Amino acid sequence: MSIIEQLRETVLDAYKSKTPLAITGGRSKTFFGRSIEATPLEVASNTGIINYEPSELVITVRAGTRLSEIETALAEHRQMLAFEPPHFGKTATLGGTIACGFSGPRRASAGAARDFILGTKIINGKGELLKFGGQVMKNVAGYDVSRLMTGALGTLGVLTELSLKVLPMPEKETSLCFECSEQTALDLLQQWLGENQPLSASSFYRGTLCVRLSGSAQAIDQTVQSLGGDTLEQASEHWLSLREQTHHFFKKDQPLWRVSLPPATPAQAIIDADSLFEWHGGQRWITGDIDNINTYYSDSYKTFFRNKINNTPFQPLPAPLLSLHQRIKQAMDPEGILNPGKIHKDF
Amino acid sequence: MPDIKQQAFIRKLRKHIPASCILSESADLLPYECDGLSAYRQTPWLVALPETAAQVQGIVRCCHESSIAIVARGAGTGLSGGALPINNGLLLSLAKLKDILSIDPANRLATVQPGVRNIAITQAASKYGLYYAPDPSSQIACSIGGNVAENAGGVHCLKYGLTVHNIASLKIITIEGEQLTIGSAGFDSPGYDLLALLTGSEGLLGIITEVTVRLLPAPEFAQVILASFSTVEAAGDAVTAVISSGIIPAGLEIMDHLAIRAAEDFVHAGYPVDAAGLLLCELDGAKTEVISQMESVKETLQKAGANSLLIAKDEAERQRFWAGRKAAFPAVGRLAPDYYCMDGTIPRKHLGKVLATISQWSAEYGLPVANVFHAGDGNLHPLILYDANKPGELERTEEFGGRILELCISVGGTITGEHGVGMEKINQMCSQFTAAELQQFHAIKAAFDPEGLLNPGKAIPTLVRCAEFGQMHVHQGALPFPELERF
Repeated sequence: MSIIEQLRETVLDAYKSKTPLAITGGRSKTFFGRSIEATPLEVASNTGIINYEPSELVITVRAGTRLSEIETALAEHRQMLAFEPPHFGKTATLGGTIACGFSGPRRASAGAARDFILGTKIINGKGELLKFGGQVMKNVAGYDVSRLMTGALGTLGVLTELSLKVLPMPEKETSLCFECSEQTALDLLQQWLGENQPLSASSFYRGTLCVRLSGSAQAIDQTVQSLGGDTLEQASEHWLSLREQTHHFFKKDQPLWRVSLPPATPAQAIIDADSLFEWHGGQRWITGDIDNINTYYSDSYKTFFRNKINNTPFQPLPAPLLSLHQRIKQAMDPEGILNPGKIHKDF
Repeated sequence: MPDIKQQAFIRKLRKHIPASCILSESADLLPYECDGLSAYRQTPWLVALPETAAQVQGIVRCCHESSIAIVARGAGTGLSGGALPINNGLLLSLAKLKDILSIDPANRLATVQPGVRNIAITQAASKYGLYYAPDPSSQIACSIGGNVAENAGGVHCLKYGLTVHNIASLKIITIEGEQLTIGSAGFDSPGYDLLALLTGSEGLLGIITEVTVRLLPAPEFAQVILASFSTVEAAGDAVTAVISSGIIPAGLEIMDHLAIRAAEDFVHAGYPVDAAGLLLCELDGAKTEVISQMESVKETLQKAGANSLLIAKDEAERQRFWAGRKAAFPAVGRLAPDYYCMDGTIPRKHLGKVLATISQWSAEYGLPVANVFHAGDGNLHPLILYDANKPGELERTEEFGGRILELCISVGGTITGEHGVGMEKINQMCSQFTAAELQQFHAIKAAFDPEGLLNPGKAIPTLVRCAEFGQMHVHQGALPFPELERF
């Protein structure tokens, strides 16, 4: 029996016996989402690149395939996953990355994980193997269930296969840094973005704005001249340390909040805590002992990303949206057996 | 004879909207009997033309209370019959909700009502040096609400994505009449990605009353190159070569001989009329980048066997080159009384095989086909020429079209890349999806609309319909959905 057939039978049995399952891949992202108690469903052995055609810009892989293996295969053809996903460990799988909806430094310029999903095969909560989307760039047949899976933390289906759009690696990348205040950094970024400067990543921490420029060699050389600033030494290590949260800002045992908001939102002073921003201002991290995170950035989406002190990592949904989420969960997983409570205690 | 039920329902609606916003006389209903797919027509029972989101909410609540089905309609330019009325339902036109509510240049967002035309967003944003990227060929007429409902594409999708990649949030009215905000002005929002689920849902899940789109800075420079080839397949191979070289052009379009001739006769774009296949490749971005990449593209196209290469010498010529492509549908329309536009998408490597099969069938049916092709993303638009006044010709055209769509599925593609399923491709949905997959779609629909009042009968076929359709289409000796009763 194939691995996928085994997984399907296990889910079917769990559906019949109403046994909750905790979908478990490379265990690199167990810190994320609510902690739940359920029987582990091991999916990491469902591996392998099924199809990769560089000139079609599409790769199809089994969901348990390690990110590192995919990135190596793409790099051989000078291509990449343009959402630059964090791994958070050597065992990271593509399925786990998509289920968490994680994107890295290039997200603000190139798009998020969900933007690159073309198709999925999933096992729903009734143990049915279903295919949505496909391996083509444009596909509007049926509801976009593939993108719905991104960030759903496995609560709507077990991912077994994913097709993604990939992009060529840029010809050249150079990173610059500037000493300035946080507000000046935000203003500069919005100005540069409005001018179509080829920014592919940005960060601000303790008075230093770093930007990465990507594009053709001539365009990058010209941009470097027009923007000024200093060359960022060890640039790839810098962006990797942000992507993997190994940068010294991310302290091991401190609560870490992620704040998602419109990038031009003015800077706020964070009292008794440390902050760093990425994604041209659209993703702001706050770490430290904060009495009430809601004091800051009132109109934003906050996630208790790491070292949560309660089991409520995500902000509550307004009542009508919550009930819609419950109904969608029910539509995909009628007995509530797939990662129940991983996002919200009520579904 | 007066329709008593209709009179009573109008009285109900009148609590929410003025009489001038309700159409019930048959002469007034006539303009709404079809959308851009004029082969399908149905007079609506009633048309409502609300002017505010609050009125939309009131109307939806009335319909919900009285179990009246709702078909939402934007500009009515859709090509799949998604806005085809139903004879006992309300046609809800959102065309009067056409205000641009705000533009946020710092975050590069525009918030607009659903009836705003696609191009009007770009026009309003241009004073900030910004524009809205998705550009379906109907962009001067089509409205953003319809673009979201259909997940509209255009000629720049490979680089800039579809509607789903270019919107930030929506306000929708649920069938219960509740207003929900989906998505946010930031990069993400809590919960499931309902923005993706609603985009392209063809009016089956909710009524859109507001759309916040992402704007992009207008590229500093754009340049287009025209390359002619001895076969369409060679043009397809050239596309593969360009993409393999690591360049993502802003636009990559192929036209076949019939389409080239028709477009040239119609708009005099300067196309080489003897070419069997014509490739338009546009690059945009920083001027230095475009110029250096264009050199490389030119070399790649030469190596790929281009017979002639022509780079637009100025902006006027670039516009003229595009005018030919953008006018291809109406241009082909001049060749025959009617044409039927298909929308299948295939992995590009199968282009040769698919085109050869279409051309063979074209001869068999005696129906000419012109091909225009969003080559970068594999989206084919075969245009079947026919005459609806000849008895049986529409039926034969539809059969031919259906076979093309099934061919697209068989090579790993899809029946619709950007036009939507609507009414037109509903039978082919039975070929693309299994019974379990269709049932999953119906379960999702029921999560939003348990009574099935929103655009019933479109986009997702019932299993019964598939069983009936299956009787006509036996694939390799196996009936689809053998578990279902036949009648």
